Parts: sequence; C-alpha cells; structure tokens
Amino acid sequence: MNNNLIKVFLNGLIKENPTFVLLLGMCPTLGTTSSALNGMSMGLATMFVLICSNAAISALKNLIPDMVRIPCFIVVIATFVTVVQMAMEAYVPALYASLGLFIPLIVVNCIVLGRAEAFAAKNSVISSAFDGLGIGLGFTLGLTCLGAVRELLGTGKLFGLTLMPDSYGSLVFVLAPGGFIALGYLIAIVNKMKK
Amino acid sequence: MEYILIFITAVFVNNVVLSQFLGICPFLGVSKKVETAMGMGAAVTFVLALSTIVTFLIQKYVLDAFGLGFMQTISFILVIAALVQMVEIILKKVSPALYQALGVFLPLITTNCCVLGVAILVIQKDYNLLESVVYAISTALGFALALVIFAGIREQLAMTNVPNGMKGTPIALVTAGLLAMAFMGFSGIGA
Amino acid sequence: MLNPIILEGSKMEKLKSTLPNMLLSLTVICIVASAVLASVNQLTAGPIAASKAASLEAAVKEVVPEFDNKPTEEAYMAATSDGDSLKIYPAKKDGELVGVAVESSTQKGFSGEIKVVVGFDVEGKLLNYSVQQHSETPGLGSKMQEWFRTDKNNQSVIGRTLTADGLKVTKDGGDVDAITAATISSRAFLDAINRAYSAYKSADMISAATSNNNEKGGNDHE
Repeated sequence: MNNNLIKVFLNGLIKENPTFVLLLGMCPTLGTTSSALNGMSMGLATMFVLICSNAAISALKNLIPDMVRIPCFIVVIATFVTVVQMAMEAYVPALYASLGLFIPLIVVNCIVLGRAEAFAAKNSVISSAFDGLGIGLGFTLGLTCLGAVRELLGTGKLFGLTLMPDSYGSLVFVLAPGGFIALGYLIAIVNKMKK
Repeated sequence: MEYILIFITAVFVNNVVLSQFLGICPFLGVSKKVETAMGMGAAVTFVLALSTIVTFLIQKYVLDAFGLGFMQTISFILVIAALVQMVEIILKKVSPALYQALGVFLPLITTNCCVLGVAILVIQKDYNLLESVVYAISTALGFALALVIFAGIREQLAMTNVPNGMKGTPIALVTAGLLAMAFMGFSGIGA
Repeated sequence: MLNPIILEGSKMEKLKSTLPNMLLSLTVICIVASAVLASVNQLTAGPIAASKAASLEAAVKEVVPEFDNKPTEEAYMAATSDGDSLKIYPAKKDGELVGVAVESSTQKGFSGEIKVVVGFDVEGKLLNYSVQQHSETPGLGSKMQEWFRTDKNNQSVIGRTLTADGLKVTKDGGDVDAITAATISSRAFLDAINRAYSAYKSADMISAATSNNNEKGGNDHE
C-alpha cells in the first residue's frame, strides 16, 4: 500500500511530469515564470487546487452521475480555485498582484481537469490526493526551473538574489519570446536525457 | 477612434498568444495545418464574442447587483461550458455545413484559457459592453492570426531536418519565440 | 467531515444518469460550493480590506512629510482637468497641512493600468511617489519605481515644482529622461503624476475658496 502511494507520487513528479513530459498547462507555465519565485508560487497554488479537487472528486465520485460529471468537476475545481484566490489576496497581496489573471485561470488548466477525469474518478481518496501532490510538485518543479532559467539569463538574479552584474542580463528572456525559447530548449534537454 | 485603438492593441501589440500567454494549448495543439488553424480561429472568434456578452451581462446584472463577486470564476466557467455545448447543439441543427467545419473544435474551447481570460479581463479593464465586444473579437482575431501564421511556418518546418532532441514541441516553441519577437516590433503603435 | 461520505460512497452503487439524479447532484454540488465560497469570502473580506488599507497607509506615509492625523480617514475627492476625480489624503501636523498624497492612476500604460500615490508639499513641490500597481514589462517599464527618483541626468522627478503644462519626457519636448527603451511606460507614469498634480491643484483652489473641504470631502467619501 505504502509502496503504491510512493509510486503514484513519483509517477506524477518525474515520469509524467506535466511541464516537460505531458506538456499540459502551458499558459501558466509561460505566463508566470518571469521569475523563479513567481513560477514556484504559481506551482504551489496549482498543487493545492490539485490535491483538494482530486480528493473531493474521488470522495464524491459515486454520487455524481456520469453524464453530468464534467460540469460537476468544474464546479468543484472552481470552488477551490476561488478559495485560493481569496486567501492569496488576503494574506500575500503582492504575490496575488504579480500572478494576476493566472490565478482564476487555474480552473481551465488542463492538468487539473485531466487528473480529475483520468485518476480521481477511478481511485480512492488517499491515492488521489497523492496523485495530486505528485503532479502538483512536478508542475511546481517545472515552473521553478523555467522561472530560474529565465530570471538568471534575463536579469542575472535568482530568487531575487543578484548573482551576476547588472549589465549581464539579456532582457529578452524575461519577455514573452524568451519564455517560449527557454521552454523549448528545456524540453529538448529533457527529451535528450530520456534517450 | 477608441475602438480602433482597442482593436490594434489587442490584435498586434498585446497579442493574446504571443505576448499575454493565453490559449497556448490550442496554439501548439491545432497548428499543424493552416486549414484546421483557420477553423479553430473562426470557432474561437464566435464563442469568444458570444461568451463575453453573456458573462458581461451576468457580472453587471447578477454578480454586481447582488454582491456576489466571489462567484465570478465559478459562474463564468459554467456559463462558458454551457454556452459551448449550446452552440454545438444549435449549429448541428441549424447549419450542418458550419458544424462540419467548426464542430470538432468546439469541445476544446471550454478549456481554452483565452475565453475565460478575456471574460475576466474586460471586467478588470472596466470596459462597457460595446468596448468589451470589440475587445473580445479583436483578441480572437489576434489569436486566429497568430495561429494561422504559426501553422504556415509549421507546415514548412515538418519538411526540414531538425536535430533529434529538438523534434516536435521544442522546435515549435523556439519558432513561437521567434514569432513573438517579431510581434514585439509592433509595441509602441497603440500608444 | 469527509469520512461519512466516503463510507457511504463505498457502500453505494454509482448513481445512474437519470434526469432527477443529474439535477439533484448538480444542484447539491452548486449549493455546497456557493456556501463554501460565501463563508470563505466572509472570512477573508476583513484581511483583504486590512491589507489594502495597510499598503495604502504605508504609501501615504512614504510620500508626505511626517504627520500626526489620519490621512486615510480624512480623504476627499478632487477633480482633474480631464474630468475624472482622484482621492486626496491630507497630511497634517498639529492641525497644520504639511502635504497631501494623491492616489492617481492612468490607463495609458503599456499593458494595463498604473496606480501611483504621489506626494506634494503645500507649495506644489513633488516630494515623493510610490508605484502601487502596474503590469509593465519586467526589466523595462517596471523600473519606474526606481528610475524617476534616481538622481542622474534628468531622470528624477522628485523635488520638481510642477506647472499646469505638466511633466513630459524629452522625446515630447519635456525635460524628464524616459526609461531606456520604455518611452510608453514613462509617458504613462508622467501622465499619472500630471493627473495627480491637476487634482491637487483643483483641491487647492477649493480649500482656498471654502477652507472647509474636509467636511465636504467626508461626505464624498461615504
């Protein structure tokens, strides 16, 4: 049982890493990773929603008729997203301002609905929660990596700490084009390592 | 004049895909052929215009009126999902030809974050109804434009010899990056 | 609270997709969801308001000289020359006006609204500013919080006495150096400053004419 849970967890973290392998949730991946901290916070917010919605949907799965399952899932997910949104606005307003629109958009992140449909609707509450934790951490890892690369190349800083002199940064990495290009190369590196 | 400004800004300067990072999934997913890209673009334009009108009215006459601001996300996404379903059913009955062309893309649109994104953005930007509609349609056209250009590039890309690890998504992302750089050239026009 | 549901669920057969079942489950889920959200909303409304007030208070404190009244409670609205109105926070020491903070904003930013709190002394000299909200490009327009206070060439706006013409970037024939490669953001920032000044000026006229703007403002505020 315990072994199984670890397997579920590692599967989400590495083998089915949402950012680098499944290529899901690309909008927040690119939109919020202008710095490592932003990327990490977005990942953690998504992880919280994933764990809660996975657990809740798994608990409710027998009470939801098949034909209305998608709207029901969406309502459950949207509820948790709004909870996260309000909590962030109340307790970390600066972070809330910098992530902005992408917080409510967790609702339409294909990862969350995808895991609800593919895993939580078929498995027990505990393993669904672990699946959410694994996938969520995998997503956080991906976002933090991308954010760190973009922040370092773009501004010479990492988590706000200056590592390189000011003149070093090539700003394009913080801007939109750099996001696409950095992610492209990171995925290429992951592909190369898999072979 | 104001509407032209909204239009140009939304299509070129703040292109929804290439500078705001909304709707990346369909941008990468359905951009292998120019023809499908055009179909997707048309479907998104249709749904976006419709859903923005409906969500705008809901915000003004239901959520604001009863102080239910905290239900925004939940009600918008439900409205969009229901609307997409309805459009699908109606199109099937009324215009089978149009349904043939757009049908396959409709279910995908519910999870296209630019639909929900635009619905929330017009509220944040405090637009009136007409401005919202202009903004929604221009954003969708910007999405379609980026999609069609990108599909054109990818059709060529499929025939080139790409290094092994870069095949598929990585090279597509790098290409998108270069395209985004080209669109950065538009910045400064709107203001 | 989840436990009974789980136990019940494991014993129960999956609900069939009949119309009453579907309606029932969707309705129940929606009602529970709204109830949860309403209670969380109640719970966080206080902290959200408090954190907003705190950041505003900190900004006001930053841009005006030392005061001993409560500017946020004595705020009033003042019209700008372009027909809008902005909130003004008077800072007083021992009952004497020492400066005002104006909460200004502009829609001319490169990507969205920019909100700035600007402080003036009684003579109309710009004392300090604090950028509250912006979504300008990181690394370019986002430099505004630092750029316009750095004492280098003609960058700084601090200590300038504004006129009705307002501040302009050098490109537009003014004398303020724009942020490198971010002229639009710079223009927008100066627009917010100029709007603040125009509100300050009109408030000044009201106070000179009636000298009881606080009472009047109190009503406006409510």
